[in-house]
Amino acid sequence: MESSSLISDPVEFRMGEVKVIGASLSLFCCRIEWALKLKGVEYEYIEENLRNKSPILLQYNPVHKKIPVLVHNGKPVAESLVILEYIDETWQENPLLPKDPLEKSTARFWARFVDEKCILSAWAACRAQEHEKEKAVESAQESLGIIDKLIEGKKFFGGETIGFLDLVVGSLPNWLKFLEELGGIKLVDAEKFPSFHEWSKKFVEIPIIKEKIPMPEDLINYFTTSGLAKTIHGSALANNK
Amino acid sequence: MEEKKGEVVLFGTWASTFCTRVELALKLKGIPYEYVEEDLTKKSELFLSLNPVHKKVPVLVHNGKSIAESLIILEYIEECWNTTPKLLPEDPYQRAKVRFWTNYYDQKIMARLLPIIVSRGEEREKAIKEFNELLKAFEEGINKDFPEEFPFFERKTLGYLDIVVGTTLCNYEAFHEVVAVVFSPEKNPVIMGWVKALKNHPLMKEMLPPHDKLVDKMREKYLGQYP
Repeated sequence: MESSSLISDPVEFRMGEVKVIGASLSLFCCRIEWALKLKGVEYEYIEENLRNKSPILLQYNPVHKKIPVLVHNGKPVAESLVILEYIDETWQENPLLPKDPLEKSTARFWARFVDEKCILSAWAACRAQEHEKEKAVESAQESLGIIDKLIEGKKFFGGETIGFLDLVVGSLPNWLKFLEELGGIKLVDAEKFPSFHEWSKKFVEIPIIKEKIPMPEDLINYFTTSGLAKTIHGSALANNK
Repeated sequence: MEEKKGEVVLFGTWASTFCTRVELALKLKGIPYEYVEEDLTKKSELFLSLNPVHKKVPVLVHNGKSIAESLIILEYIEECWNTTPKLLPEDPYQRAKVRFWTNYYDQKIMARLLPIIVSRGEEREKAIKEFNELLKAFEEGINKDFPEEFPFFERKTLGYLDIVVGTTLCNYEAFHEVVAVVFSPEKNPVIMGWVKALKNHPLMKEMLPPHDKLVDKMREKYLGQYP
C-alpha cells in the first residue's frame, strides 16, 4: 500500500482505530506488529520512508521522530517497549507479559538488556575501527552469551508459547547476520550459542512471525543501495560496490 | 496502611539517586524494609550474586528474590503492593506517556550530565547548552502531555515522574557547587518551579542526602578531591 495517499489525507488518517507507523526492516517495528497480530487486533500499517520522514511521523512522534509509533484512536504511543506494554494493557487476550510481578520484572530487565547491551554492542562491533574490532566483537559476544544462557533448556523465553521477551529478541538473529556481513565480523554461530540458535530456528517458523520479519538479505540490500554501507568502517559491502 | 508481604531488603548507596528513588517509593507506600549500604569499591559476594549482570545498585530483594534497575524496581513495587498512593496512572495511555518521558529523562537528560562533568571551557559550555535544550524539550513535552497535572505542585503526593526527576534535580545545588551551574529559573522556569516544590515535600526532604555530605561525595567522585 502506498503510504503517500494516506499522508495527503489527514482526515482519513485520523479515522480508524489502530495504526502502526513503521519500517519493514526495523528490528523494533516488527515487535509491534507481532504483538498486535498475536492479540488479534486489526490495524493499518503505514510504511515510513526513513530517508524522507513524513509529516504524519513528525506529528505523532515530534520528540524523537522515530518509528515505530502506534496510533490508537488518534493518540500516539512511541518507543517499542513502551508500545508493547501499552498493547498488553489495552488488549488483554493472549497476554505478552507474565502476570507475576517478579517474572514481569525479569522480562522487563532482559528486554532492556537486549536493547541496551546486545543491540548496541553488535552495532559497535560492526562499526568498530580495525584495531578496536576484536575487543568490540568480544564485548558483543559476551552479551549474546548471556542471552544464550537465558534461553538454555527453554522452548521460548515466554515458556511453552512466545511472550514479551521473544518479541523483543525477535529479529535479532537476522539483524546479527546482516551486521556480520556489513562489518566483516563473526558474532554468532550454532556452536558458540547453541540455545540461542535453537530458539531462533523455532521462532521464525511461527506463522505470525514468518509472515513478516526483517531478512538479512533485504537489510544488506537496503544498506548497500542507500549508500549507508559506506559509513561503516572497513565494510566489505561498501568496498564491493 | 502497611501490607506485610514478606521480607524486603534494599541494597544501595546513600549517594546514589537511583537508590533514593526506590527508598522513596517504599516509604511512600509504607512498606517496611531493611537497608544495606553497599561499598561499591569492595562489592560483597552476596551483592554480586544478586545482580551478576550489571553489578550495580539499587537491588531490591523481596522474599529472597532480587530485582535490579531502579525503574523496574519502581514498577515492581507498584504491582506487588497495592497500597496507595499509586505511583503510576491507571489508564494505559497515561501510563505510556509517563514511561515515555521517564525514559527520555533517564536516557537523554541524565546522560548529558557526564559530558558536563568531564569537560572544561568551551566544550563544557556546549554540553551545558545541550543539557538545557533537552530539559526545555522535556518541559514542553510534559506540559503538552499532562496539561492538567503538570506542574505537580498541587498534588500532595509524589508520583513516578516526581520520584525519577526529583531524586536527581533536587540535588542541583550540590552539582552547581562542585561542577557547574546548569540549571536556572531563567533557562527552565517550569522545571525549576517543579523541583522547588518537590524539595519542599516532607518525604523528599527526609530522603535526599544532606547537602554538605553530597558535595564532599561529588568532589571525591567527579574531581578526585578528598575531604
